[in-house]
Amino acid sequence: MKDKILEIEDVTVSFDGFKALNNLNFSLDVGELRVIIGPNGAGKTTFLDVITGKTKPTQGRVLFKGRNLKSLPEHQISRLGIGRKFQTPRIYLNLTPRENLEISSNRQKNVFATLFKHSSSAERKTITGLLETIGLSSNADIRADKLSHGEKQRLEIGMLVAQSPDLLLVDEPVAGLTDEETENVGNLLLALAESHSILVIEHDMEFVRQIARQVTVLHQGSVLKEGTIDEVQNDPRVIEVYLGQPLEDTASEVQHSSEKLETLNIGNSKL
Amino acid sequence: MLKESAGGWGLGARASNRQTRLIEVVVVVAIALLLIFVMPTVLSSFRLNLLGRFLALAIVGLGIDLIWGYTGLLSLGHGIFFGLGGYAIGMHLKLQIPPGELPDFMGLYGVTELPWFWKPFYLFPVASAAVVIIPAILAGLFGYLVFRNRIRGVYFSILTQAGVIIFFNFFNGQQKLFNGTNGLIDFSTILGANVSAQSTQVVFYILTVLLLIGTYALCRWLTSGRFGRLLMAIRDDESRVRFSGYDPTEFKVFVFAVSGAIAGIAGAMYTLQSGSVSPRAMDVAFSIEMVIWVAIGGRASLVGAVVGTLLVNYARSFFSEEYAEIWLFFQGALFLLVVTVLPDGIVGWLRNTGIQQLGRKQVITYPSLEEDPEVENERQNLGN
Repeated sequence: MKDKILEIEDVTVSFDGFKALNNLNFSLDVGELRVIIGPNGAGKTTFLDVITGKTKPTQGRVLFKGRNLKSLPEHQISRLGIGRKFQTPRIYLNLTPRENLEISSNRQKNVFATLFKHSSSAERKTITGLLETIGLSSNADIRADKLSHGEKQRLEIGMLVAQSPDLLLVDEPVAGLTDEETENVGNLLLALAESHSILVIEHDMEFVRQIARQVTVLHQGSVLKEGTIDEVQNDPRVIEVYLGQPLEDTASEVQHSSEKLETLNIGNSKL
Repeated sequence: MLKESAGGWGLGARASNRQTRLIEVVVVVAIALLLIFVMPTVLSSFRLNLLGRFLALAIVGLGIDLIWGYTGLLSLGHGIFFGLGGYAIGMHLKLQIPPGELPDFMGLYGVTELPWFWKPFYLFPVASAAVVIIPAILAGLFGYLVFRNRIRGVYFSILTQAGVIIFFNFFNGQQKLFNGTNGLIDFSTILGANVSAQSTQVVFYILTVLLLIGTYALCRWLTSGRFGRLLMAIRDDESRVRFSGYDPTEFKVFVFAVSGAIAGIAGAMYTLQSGSVSPRAMDVAFSIEMVIWVAIGGRASLVGAVVGTLLVNYARSFFSEEYAEIWLFFQGALFLLVVTVLPDGIVGWLRNTGIQQLGRKQVITYPSLEEDPEVENERQNLGN
């Protein structure tokens, strides 16, 4: 059996009686890339909030590398090795991409180290390399509010990586991106998956198909189904709650998915 | 090709950064020399004293800018720290009396023994350390309690406002301890020198200039570099900072304590030059005025904080000499004007428009296009 990096045991989060998460059980292997899908209000973002310490579980516990996160504040959880990307890009708009990455990559995060220590040349080299990976080398020294939406998304993923966490939590990384940018981000995540455990929340099914090996479906705060993308898409309960009405579309999409992929490939080679 | 040019640009930027830094140092030193050597010969002793007081207020302006402009903490209670600094040095001055005697006002209220906490202030080193340390500790403690509970924004401002009211009432009510409403007045000597003598006042003035320069350098150091960028990150998106593994509470407590200490120094220098300290330093309106100076000069600009303070205070002294009644209207109008027309203050406005245009060599046809990364990229790729 593989080591678990993240275990969530019987977690319930209730807001004034409303259960955003309801006896949720979940686990993630070390090195796994998992996609979480679910209709709006299924508790996906609360799920990330519970892991990162933004929301504390009403019941149950969250274990990261076997350690209970219950009593830890956000910054300590982050220091243990959990990085989070938010739904809308949360970068520091008044700083440049290079400075954004520098803030995240700083290893000693207390007041005096930040004040007196200068970033090492190794750190600066890492940042330069990272800027190249996320494709922002030529825009590294302009203010981040001048970046396009896609660049901001990539920068935030870069900030996550700069933290060098073991577990990346990525909330809707391709929302609002063009097809080309979406594919870029997908490839970036796949590359990162070689050395990190990654949890992705996403709506865009085509994107899910691009990156997913295992998919977890959340519904009303609990896990509805886990499996490969095809298993999930063929599951009648999932179709009912998530894919909902366009049942025929979905079925045909599954059938024609291989054809579709080919069309996509042709499209790409043409480009 | 592209990478090379990008790298070259980065190096160029760094070199020009160093150049700007050098220019800045030269300008600051030049202004300091002007203030120290020229002003005392040009200005009458009354005018010099006025300038010295305003420069002392500029020190607290820098402290406000550090926490408001850069860290996003709007304190409406810096009068507490300013007042405490003033009282600390004032208590030392009131103790320049033969041993066994009490400060004059205590006799009026029937106090027979010097209160215990007055005693350390006999010593000048203790008093001058207290000017910095007491406000710093109080600000740190207050900050810790508030920031740890994640009280932010307007709620923080309201708490600071409540704090300043408490302190005002305390100092105002304690006649036996601090002479109540009148505060500490009638200072005689400091380190053997007559406080009100012209030569002593010039020394205070020069000391104020030096402290202002020192405070400027300190704030400049704090707000540049990695620490400064983190302050701005906290200002812009505090919870993101948490998820990057920093504890914003530590940083905010630290910077608030530094700002409190700066206000304490300002209060002490002001007291030395005005010859009195009273609970009015802890008046609500005064603390709000400090914020107005910085807003008018330009938030997140240290030069702006100093310029704004001097400008508003000179305007006030001009108006209150000429037309005393309309000063408050004028100040309100100035504030409204800045908030609505120049949200970045005077210096911010100059920085964003005027100076930039002066500094550029080429004619700008369309500034946003100039800065657009896409356009920049295309321009660089055109050669290929």
